[in-house]
Amino acid sequence: MRYRQSNVRSYIAYFFLQIKQGLQYRTAAIAGAITQFCWGFMLLFIFQAFYQSNIQTQPISYTQVVQIIWLQQAFLAFFVLWFRDNDIFTMILTGSIAYELCRPIHLYSFWFVKLISARLSSASLRCMPILLVAAFLPAPYSLKLPPTMEHFLYFFLTLFLGLVLLVTISMFVYISTFYTYSAVGSMLLFAVFGEFFAGLIIPVPLMPLWLQKIVYALPFRYTCDVPFRIYAGHIGIPEAIVSIFIQLGWILLLVVLGRLLLQKSLQRVVVHGG
Amino acid sequence: MEYRTSFLLLSFAQFFVPFLIFVSIYLLFQRFPTIAGWNLYEVAFCYGIIHIGFSISECIGRGFDSFSPLVRKGLLDRFLLRPQSIILQILGSQFEFTRIGRLLQSIMVLGFAIIHLDIVWNFQAILTLIFMIVGGVFIFIGIFMLGATLCFWTIEGIELVNILTDGGREISQYPLNIYPEGIRRFFTFIIPFGVVNYIPLLFLLGKIQTSSLVVSILYTATPLAGIGFVFPCIFIWNLGLRHYSSTGT
Repeated sequence: MRYRQSNVRSYIAYFFLQIKQGLQYRTAAIAGAITQFCWGFMLLFIFQAFYQSNIQTQPISYTQVVQIIWLQQAFLAFFVLWFRDNDIFTMILTGSIAYELCRPIHLYSFWFVKLISARLSSASLRCMPILLVAAFLPAPYSLKLPPTMEHFLYFFLTLFLGLVLLVTISMFVYISTFYTYSAVGSMLLFAVFGEFFAGLIIPVPLMPLWLQKIVYALPFRYTCDVPFRIYAGHIGIPEAIVSIFIQLGWILLLVVLGRLLLQKSLQRVVVHGG
Repeated sequence: MEYRTSFLLLSFAQFFVPFLIFVSIYLLFQRFPTIAGWNLYEVAFCYGIIHIGFSISECIGRGFDSFSPLVRKGLLDRFLLRPQSIILQILGSQFEFTRIGRLLQSIMVLGFAIIHLDIVWNFQAILTLIFMIVGGVFIFIGIFMLGATLCFWTIEGIELVNILTDGGREISQYPLNIYPEGIRRFFTFIIPFGVVNYIPLLFLLGKIQTSSLVVSILYTATPLAGIGFVFPCIFIWNLGLRHYSSTGT
């Protein structure tokens, strides 16, 4: 393991190479967009039935839930934790990681770039068709513009920080492969709890209050719950600004922890295969 | 069984993935007491039936679910040479142990529903319940077969088939009357998930009262239509098999 001073340019070049590679999977993206679209509609109908069957006012309106659901479907590739990069797993399991360790690069940053570009290219192929179609749907189901231009700006900012935060979180899954040797189980377990706490299964405002307290103390909701609710107008500007600082804090903490852990596991790395 | 931690984690995960979906339903019912006239326990019954059906069919129908490698690598040729039914051979080719976790949690949810609902468990009710589970298993296996049949033409597995399996499972874990007419019809007459939980449940839960014995027997028998679903699937499968030409080397 070596941490030589590496040059930023190589990471940028690698980033664009990965994006180009990811953009090749167009058919998969179309299939994915259609699946996401159907899924979104199913959720809309279920929530509509819940809202229509009960008259009491809820902490979040149906229209706001609709916004959140479409944004979730469009940016799914940013925020699902089960989205996995098989290259990295294969590297660890087959032992070809030995080659990576010989390169004059920093492994953490290298993986980070790889993961973030994979998510960016996958989402950029999928989000546009979903957002476009959702915008032209009839009244209760359509995606609207956020309440003000300011909300829109904060949405973009928190969306980007959310993506960075999510990649730092997902890094721990890859690091854990050094200990469990097969990532499927830990991945699934981590993914399903992470997505639950991120509000991807039910929107955070609809959770009971005690659960919301737990959710607010964990990093997961700062990935996608914050930007989507800003867009829907459910989170105001003052809270948005506070959330940005919390996002930055989590990113810093998790990067430091992740690097330490990776360094530690590389010290005991066993290269499998001969 | 080589990677023990990993196997345990996987079974554990297979338990928790659907379990958290149920927890979400439970939490939603804390905010909204009913959905289209159904309460939490009635929806839990719906959920339990469909998830038990799905997990059993995933255990035994795994060969069809992951069929594309058999075609791609030409392994199917070996099956064709043996003097046994191809369908039975494929069903027996793989058994997925980790799905036990999923089965366990769906049985727990069904138990949770049954404890809280007062259904008179006479012979007819028990028979209806058994038919519902069996019907569900057959529908999922039928869809797996349709997906596998597509592989004869596409070689690669088609992700879109998941809309029918995963999507159908998620949709029919709620009673079908919450959806618009079109979806309800599709999942009753084309992919008949409705006949294994929604329709017989109307009768079991007393949402439809009937004094006529014939009508009540009809309700008990509706899940059998789910078994019927597998026959057109077998027919289409056989058409595909006739089309099959080996990719072998």
